[in-house]
Amino acid sequence: MGQNSHKLEIFRGLVKFKSNVQKIWGVLIFLSIVTIVEVALGIIKPEILMNTFLSMKLINWIFLILTIIKAYYITWDFMHMRDESFSLQASVVITLIFLMAYLAFILLVEGNYIYDVFFEGFVSWDF
Amino acid sequence: MSSTISSAEVQNDWDGGGKPFKVSYGKLMMWFFIVSDALTFSGFLVSYGFARFKHIDSWPIADEVFTHFPFLHGIDAPMYYVALMTFILIFSSVTMVLAVDAGHNNNKNKVAFYMLLTIVGGAVFVGSQAWEWANFIRGEYGALETKGGQIVQFVDSENSNKRIALKDFVVANPKFREQHQSSKGLWYRDESSLPTFTIDEVSQAFFSNPNLLVRSEKINEKGKKIILSREESIEKVSQAVYVVEGANLIRNEYGNRLFADFFFFITGFHGFHVFSGVVINFIIFLNVILGTYEKRGHYEMVEKVGLYWHFVDLVWVFVFTFFYLV
Repeated sequence: MGQNSHKLEIFRGLVKFKSNVQKIWGVLIFLSIVTIVEVALGIIKPEILMNTFLSMKLINWIFLILTIIKAYYITWDFMHMRDESFSLQASVVITLIFLMAYLAFILLVEGNYIYDVFFEGFVSWDF
Repeated sequence: MSSTISSAEVQNDWDGGGKPFKVSYGKLMMWFFIVSDALTFSGFLVSYGFARFKHIDSWPIADEVFTHFPFLHGIDAPMYYVALMTFILIFSSVTMVLAVDAGHNNNKNKVAFYMLLTIVGGAVFVGSQAWEWANFIRGEYGALETKGGQIVQFVDSENSNKRIALKDFVVANPKFREQHQSSKGLWYRDESSLPTFTIDEVSQAFFSNPNLLVRSEKINEKGKKIILSREESIEKVSQAVYVVEGANLIRNEYGNRLFADFFFFITGFHGFHVFSGVVINFIIFLNVILGTYEKRGHYEMVEKVGLYWHFVDLVWVFVFTFFYLV
């Protein structure tokens, strides 16, 4: 693979880099900003983000979305997934997203159900 | 005859010689491994989520557990240290991808230099995690466990209901009881190490100090632990059967038992990945120095180990979110 085979655009072409090294530093800056935002939100915990949306706190939705954004840029630019063929991208990403979402859905619903059963008073304290 | 056509433009995939996914064998296998390992980690994290949803109104609050920062004793620094660890790992990811890039340019010295930085970053991260574990295991405040398996923690109502450590209000009586080790008594009987204070010393000190209250594991609607009244506190303390200091796999002073179990298991499994990544990186680093890949003509090995290293960083991003932020 030659040095010029990298795709040097991120944010759908909004930011273009001259070389691969420059792109790496650019992605680092972006990931650092996202992490700083996460930590700042986690420490300040703004009152307005404590409201619940779809049975999860708004702040947790923000954390989840920012995490997935970080995961995307680590995979696409650090692991060079951006330069791979579409078939490889799809095989890795669709498989993982499908299985993880399924597993998370089924176990979290189940955990919530068990909480409800215990809360209704069959068990005084579960540990 | 169509079979005699051999120009590049009409080359047929069925003629052979092509690579599935247009990627080399080694890199594809590394991707397979990463997918399966990602499923292992997602299994762990989702079961953590399951336990947490099951105990949604009594789960320990991460901000109150991870409050240490090196050289800042007694200062409440929630999450700063894990944030620093995250930056260290992301930065070592950057040096790794710079090494891969230098490998594409066949620049041996640069590859070696960036690999070395990556190894240092990984080692610093593993060390930080060990420090985090040490603090977690040692604990800070101490707590009691009741007959029913609840953890009760002490707060000082005179000091705006802040947590108070056992050692700040309990007076130890002279010791008359030693830890029962197998070398001292019956060879087949022993017990785990004794806590600093006995249950009687703690409850005596609690009953004689009217400012002290306990907080239960339950969380109110504002996300804070519920503090019990003095009467309820006395009742809880008189039900106590264990003095819990720090954490182990059976009980921990932070609250739910599963919290410490998942902490040890998930961060431990991730730390093991980082450790093996450092070892593999070191082997590749030696090979770079020895000129193995220079002779081979390409640095694809660096690329493959790089994929693994970035994956470890990727997992940490999720562990950080689900353990410390959410």
